[in-house]
Order: sequence, then C-alpha cells, then structure tokens
Amino acid sequence: MTILANTLVIFFISVGLLFIVVTVIGLVRLPDLYSRSHAASKSSTLGVMCILLGVFFHFWLNENHFNPGILLGVVFLFITGPVGAHIMSRSSYIAGVKPWSGTVRDDLKEEFKGKLKNKKI
Amino acid sequence: MKEIILFIALALFMVAIFLILYRVIVGPSMPDRAMGLDTIGVNLVSAMAIVSIILSTTAFLEAILILGILSFIGTIAFSKYIERGDIIERKRDR
Repeated sequence: MTILANTLVIFFISVGLLFIVVTVIGLVRLPDLYSRSHAASKSSTLGVMCILLGVFFHFWLNENHFNPGILLGVVFLFITGPVGAHIMSRSSYIAGVKPWSGTVRDDLKEEFKGKLKNKKI
Repeated sequence: MKEIILFIALALFMVAIFLILYRVIVGPSMPDRAMGLDTIGVNLVSAMAIVSIILSTTAFLEAILILGILSFIGTIAFSKYIERGDIIERKRDR
C-alpha cells in the first residue's frame, strides 16, 4: 500500500516538475509578451496543481491527515491563474505593448481603434 | 527514491527562480516584469509544498493558500495600474 502511495506521489510531483520547467524555458525563450503569457499561465497553473495534488496524496495516504485546505488551494489556483494572465495581457495591449513582428493577424486592433482614440477604455 | 525526487525538485525550483529573475530584470516592458513576479509566486507555492513534505509537517499548508491569494491580488493591482494609471478610481461627480 505504501509503495502504491509513493508511486502516486512521485508521478504527480514529476509531472508538475516537468510542466514548471517547460514554463521557465518558455518565459526565457519566447519572443513577445503575449506568447510568454500563453506559456506562463497555462503550463504553470497545471504544474502547480499537479504538485499540490501530489502533496495532498502524500499527507492523506502516508500520514492519515486529510487536509481540505490544500484542495481549496488547487481550486483557487485553477480559477485565478488564467484570469490573472488574461487581465494582465489585456491591460498591456491597451497600454500599447506591440505584438511580435511575425504576427499574422490582429483582431483587437479593429475592435479598439475608435475607443482608444476617444480614451473610452 | 522519494527523497531524491524531492531534492531534485527543490534544486530545479531554485534554477527556475533564477531564470525568471533574468526575465524580471531584462524584460523589455512593465507587464513582463509583473508576469515574471507572478510566476515566481507560483514557484514559491510549489517549493513550500515540497518543503512541507521534507520536514513532514503540516504547518505550512495554510501559507500555500495565503500566498496564492496574495499573488492574485498583486497581479490584479499591477494590471489596473498599467491600464488606467491608478488602482482605485474616484467618483466622477466631485
């Protein structure tokens, strides 16, 4: 039983570690802010959720301590990570950060053209 | 086996935080730095969870939730400042 529990914990922690390393490589190497926020929001949210699930299973199965606070942390990070990245990239588009020069199409430019001129946003 | 995995995880978190510090220092615009600090918060949450396994205590598990909430509030405040120039708006009547 304890071998099975340790296998589960090691699996979750390794998957979370892989996703966090991929996040950092994306943050260093990608060319502009929007693709960096793409890397930072999704992959780091999934990585930290996997690591917290591994810690939760460790304390539940090995030490008989059911901790609902850490499950609440998983749910909270799942909700707020993408929302934070969305608000940050929207505000940086409004503040005037240019996309990468190889970008093919930009739909928000038509959407915001009149509003940005009148300072409605 | 599990202890080796946990210490490798801590070492990789340290390398990750140093690499994100590169992005925070060099990053060409202001939202890059805010996003890097948010990712550092996520890494600190995971490192705190793994340290609580190594020390085999449950005293740190509340700090995980608190650090997540504080990181989210910081990101929202920075993005409102970048977008509008102030964080809390006034009424328009006065």
